[in-house]
Amino acid sequence: MAEQSIFGEDFIQPEERQYNTLNLGPTHPATHGVFQNILQMDGEIIMQAEPTIGYIHRAFEKLAERRPFYQVTPITDRLNYCSAPINNMGWHMTMEKLLKVETPKKVDYMRIIVMELARIADHLVCNSVLGVDAGALTGFTYIFQERERIYDMYEEIAGARLTTNIGRVGGFERDFTPGFHAKLKDFLATFPKRFEEFDRLITRNRIFMDRVINVGPISAEDAISYSFAGPNLRAAGVDYDVRVMNPYCSYQDFDFIIPVGTSGDTYDRFMVRQNEIRESLKIINQAYNNMPEGSHHADCPEFYLPPKHDVYNSMEALIWHFKIVMGEVDLPAGELYHAVEGANGELGYYLISDGGRTPYRLHFRRPCFIYYQAYPEMIKGQMLSDAVLTMSSMNVIAGELDA
Amino acid sequence: MALNNETVLSRLKEHFGDAVLDSYENFDYLNIEIDASRNAEILRFLKIDTQMNFIYLTDLCAVHMPDQTGKELGVVYHLHNLEENYRLRIKAWLNINNPEIASATSIWKGANWMERETYDFFGVVFTGHPNLRRILNVDHMEVFPLRKEFPLEDSTREDKDDRFFGR
Repeated sequence: MAEQSIFGEDFIQPEERQYNTLNLGPTHPATHGVFQNILQMDGEIIMQAEPTIGYIHRAFEKLAERRPFYQVTPITDRLNYCSAPINNMGWHMTMEKLLKVETPKKVDYMRIIVMELARIADHLVCNSVLGVDAGALTGFTYIFQERERIYDMYEEIAGARLTTNIGRVGGFERDFTPGFHAKLKDFLATFPKRFEEFDRLITRNRIFMDRVINVGPISAEDAISYSFAGPNLRAAGVDYDVRVMNPYCSYQDFDFIIPVGTSGDTYDRFMVRQNEIRESLKIINQAYNNMPEGSHHADCPEFYLPPKHDVYNSMEALIWHFKIVMGEVDLPAGELYHAVEGANGELGYYLISDGGRTPYRLHFRRPCFIYYQAYPEMIKGQMLSDAVLTMSSMNVIAGELDA
Repeated sequence: MALNNETVLSRLKEHFGDAVLDSYENFDYLNIEIDASRNAEILRFLKIDTQMNFIYLTDLCAVHMPDQTGKELGVVYHLHNLEENYRLRIKAWLNINNPEIASATSIWKGANWMERETYDFFGVVFTGHPNLRRILNVDHMEVFPLRKEFPLEDSTREDKDDRFFGR
């Protein structure tokens, strides 16, 4: 019996053509991550692609079943590690929904600032690396300094840079430090100018435009059918954004627009991300200028780790500290789905709690995993070099893909 | 007519009657448990019916409840009506000895990998799926790791059992 082709039964190579099989990945400098694609090539045209994923699968959903709620946060860091704070916040909000903890307005605004900074960092990486793949290295070298400044701000808040583990269930561990305020003010003052400079380098660059327009397009119908989300869905012309559809964390207080594209090609994805960076800046400015007074955490001592000073000096704080750290806090039973708008789209947490100390079942809706399956269809009939750009513009992050 | 939990439930009951086994609300989210043998027609109806119009499959996953004899494995669909911004959760329970359910790939293209992932971790067999192979785990794996009987810890250890996790 002939061995079944990995390309499925409907893939038949015509007799008069000889296709070449090409392994793109798993470790290839142009794919920015561990992705393998086995391509059937007719000359330089891709006839069929078969992605293999799972190279960095780390069993997050299984691990989460044996972890108290605050130990799940570091797991979420490692999903989309380019914008880890959004994942952390999404998990905190899921837990707050389950625990019925009301957060003060100030926490919401602080979270929004951090989340939008993360979104900017993520989009900057995606867009500048897309430029690199198209041969425009200059923009990347300059704009990465701005990402560095965002990471410095994470460091002021949480002490970590990439896998941030930022914030806590109920709020933040401390108020924004003076160092953070100084860095954010400096960032808000200087970033727009530098960003527009980057924009001028790339966006209307003739060579770049020729390389990305009409490359890897997807129609709005297909994008919805494939459950696309985030910038990739909006590039196809669907104005779906969780921040507007199901506002969480006081997003309804802010004035911003949802940029949409028309053709769903690589250039539209690039442009949607560029404009989302501008919208994120608008949101940060509004949140920072209207920061409400109040506490930086909710009043929920049974779930919120007390300040270290209190742990050493008050009996009650010591007890709560011990109970939380040892994972001896029982969670209420319940079943919920909470979604946030991650940098790549709807990042969902489907949590089932049976009243134990750890989630009974936790499923991450990872936007990357869901939209990457459309990749073979998007690159069919395209050149090999276009396939690299398409993947780059979809912002496929291996950590989120493989969980 | 705006969608809400009552209208969705009554329309489904009107069309499928006893295939709608149970329904309850959880954090404002309507959960409907359906007869697993009729899931394809119910899901197709939810998508193509002009009033239901659930064109967006948000998520598809499974859950293992070993204590529910005869319906241990649950397949969970999260659907979203984008126009009316209404979300719905559909559940179909399967017997773990015969975990077969019709595939939703012909309804939503995006169900393809989500079903492969569910097969990979829970062993749910989606009949009619074009390419039901493991996706994240290695092909020669013999267990379905997210099932509850699959131990997370080294089984020789005695210091980490369920008592320490509140169960």
